Amino acid sequence: MMVKLLSGDKPGSVLLSLILLGIFLSLAFAPFLFEGTRALDTAARICVFIVLVASYDLLLGYTGVVSFAHTIFFGFGAYGVALASIHMGRSFEALAMGAGAGALGAALLAAVIGLFSLRVRAIFFAMITLAVASAVAVLVSQLSVLTGGEDGLTYRIPRELTAAVTYGQAPEWRIALPEAVAPGTEEGPAMLTLGGDRISGKIANYYLVFAGSLILVLLMLRIVNSPFGRVLQAIRENDFRAEAIGYRVVSYRIGVTVLSAVFAALAGSLFAIWLRYVGPDTVLSFEIMIDILLMVVIGGMGTIYGAVIGAVVLMLAQNYLKDLMAGAATGLADVPYAADLLNPDRWLLWLGVLFVLSVYFFPTGVVGRLRGKRG
Amino acid sequence: MSSSTPDVGAIHATTPRRIGGRRFPALVPLLLVPGLVILGLVAMALQASLPEGAGWAALLDPATWSGLPMAAIAIQPSWLTLTVSGLAMGMMIFLMASGLTLVFGLMDVINFGHGAFISVGAFVGASVLFAYASWVGAPDLGLNLAAVALAVLAAMAATGAMGLVFERVIVRPVYGAHLKQILVTMGGLIIAEQLIHVIWGPDEIFLSRPETLKGALTWQGAALEKYRLLAVAVGLVVFALMGLVLRFSRIGLIVRAGVQNGEMVEAMGYRLSRIFVLVFVAGSALAGLGGVMWAMYQEVVTAQMGAELMVLVFIVVIIGGLGSVEGCFIGALLVGLTQNYTAFLEPKMALVSNIGLMVLILMWRPQGMLPVVRAK
Repeated sequence: MMVKLLSGDKPGSVLLSLILLGIFLSLAFAPFLFEGTRALDTAARICVFIVLVASYDLLLGYTGVVSFAHTIFFGFGAYGVALASIHMGRSFEALAMGAGAGALGAALLAAVIGLFSLRVRAIFFAMITLAVASAVAVLVSQLSVLTGGEDGLTYRIPRELTAAVTYGQAPEWRIALPEAVAPGTEEGPAMLTLGGDRISGKIANYYLVFAGSLILVLLMLRIVNSPFGRVLQAIRENDFRAEAIGYRVVSYRIGVTVLSAVFAALAGSLFAIWLRYVGPDTVLSFEIMIDILLMVVIGGMGTIYGAVIGAVVLMLAQNYLKDLMAGAATGLADVPYAADLLNPDRWLLWLGVLFVLSVYFFPTGVVGRLRGKRG
Repeated sequence: MSSSTPDVGAIHATTPRRIGGRRFPALVPLLLVPGLVILGLVAMALQASLPEGAGWAALLDPATWSGLPMAAIAIQPSWLTLTVSGLAMGMMIFLMASGLTLVFGLMDVINFGHGAFISVGAFVGASVLFAYASWVGAPDLGLNLAAVALAVLAAMAATGAMGLVFERVIVRPVYGAHLKQILVTMGGLIIAEQLIHVIWGPDEIFLSRPETLKGALTWQGAALEKYRLLAVAVGLVVFALMGLVLRFSRIGLIVRAGVQNGEMVEAMGYRLSRIFVLVFVAGSALAGLGGVMWAMYQEVVTAQMGAELMVLVFIVVIIGGLGSVEGCFIGALLVGLTQNYTAFLEPKMALVSNIGLMVLILMWRPQGMLPVVRAK
């Protein structure tokens, strides 16, 4: 049953399975395990980015096509939900319509870009998508009548998904901690309290994002382990031979471009439902594209699990590496340049170095290492 | 006797015949630049002569077209200004793009980190201009040009040296693998951008042009900025020098042969990888030159400027045809002119118009205008 759900693609290593299980459980119970809205927000972002990165991996890792236009499709989904919510009022129909329209638009645009650039040479695709992505970002920030320009759009989602609604109280567990771990007080031993929070619509919203992401990831696992997915891998390994065996390489490449665009758009819709805001900086910027690239490569290209690991590692790094670097920078304040190099704003520098090193030495990323395969 | 002439023709029917028309299609791209300049004038005159709020139907009205020559004469000064500014922008983009296209042609290496050289060149140039602020501020053409020359030389030396390191550390380990090249050079770009932040600080730097290069000349009622004229001149000189080196020097011969068929050149006993390092360094230095010129054009320097300009550089390289310096030159002029004309006609469409230009040219010639490297 489990294996069937994962489409027969087992993690293939005990450690990896444990890590994945840990990630799954932490995300599944995130609202009750971690305190505060920032932790819940991080968890939701991780869910969305897992889908986004996995959809990019369909292109980069499975087919060997480099695209820089993935944020456009992400933006299509997000802006679809935003515009539908604004013009149709706050309702679940608006969310569904917006997500559907965004996915359809993304699919059409992906087909057009693919027809133009994949026909000639794969390397054109990287350059053309880079140009198109920046053109779309500029266009979105200039068409302020439709898209709200640089300020973006804020809109209202159904009341059931906001913090205003209460569904009940989570059961509360109080565990007495042993004296050795935490000394007790006058009233008795120290207590670890789990649960007991109000289950608000915000948490319902989180579970919508979580369930949507889970379904999309399982769907992508299904796709990459289908005959279609095998052909994609054949194209990645040797496109000339794949063509000679009788597969239309161009059709498959365009097909996977469209598919990954649709998944990216759906991820964008989930993101928009969670954030209740879209703007060029949050969904279309080049920084997000760089983040996606880093996540795919560090996690491991050519496995959906790599996307999971990469998204979790990078999101946590973004949030917590900065604190670590700030500490180190104050410690080294006297050494010239060292403090600048360790400035919290320079975290991307170190991830860039890690990125280059992992392309050289671990082309299969964290997941490839754990599975014991060498690229 | 007269009937024997067609017989001779029939015997030699397999001999390829050179008629004037055979070579003509290859030259068409050269005509695109003047064509675009004229198209720009027509479009601007049309926009000026159409009444406010007129629909497309007005284009069918003969009165609109009969008034066109008058409108064209009236709008001619601003058209001239835009043309010069478009040419100047095109020349600067050519400086940045030429190295990239040669590197690709020679070794099949695509460098997404090329933008880093543009940024670094701009920052080094700006630092030099600040160090010689008294020369820059003096109202003396000689001192001004000396300051600019110093800035350019320093920037080219810095980016050339950086190119040497970049080639060695980033590009060399991933020869022959396009996917890894794109990823690794992208990583190099990220690292270089962050290092710029470390060295020069996170803020943008404003600089001013040398005193005598500020302002504009007036010619035929059109204001022509002096600095843009200088940029056009520099671009033309570099293009001519490059053409001369590639055409008449020994090294140019090897480079051209290497672009055509690298294996054959290596079989002749030349170490193409050494030549490649040379071309890579030269291309990086040219990108640095372009960066300095661009910095003085915009009068502001940011770490992201290289990555932003790479969009235009890629469009130029694609429409010019990978590996072709002439194609790159024509493509850069087309992009610069299109951008400036559309910025005047419909400001919001400036960048989109270049995508449109690229689509049109790829529909006409899917390999770019003057491809040297055949599809691999």
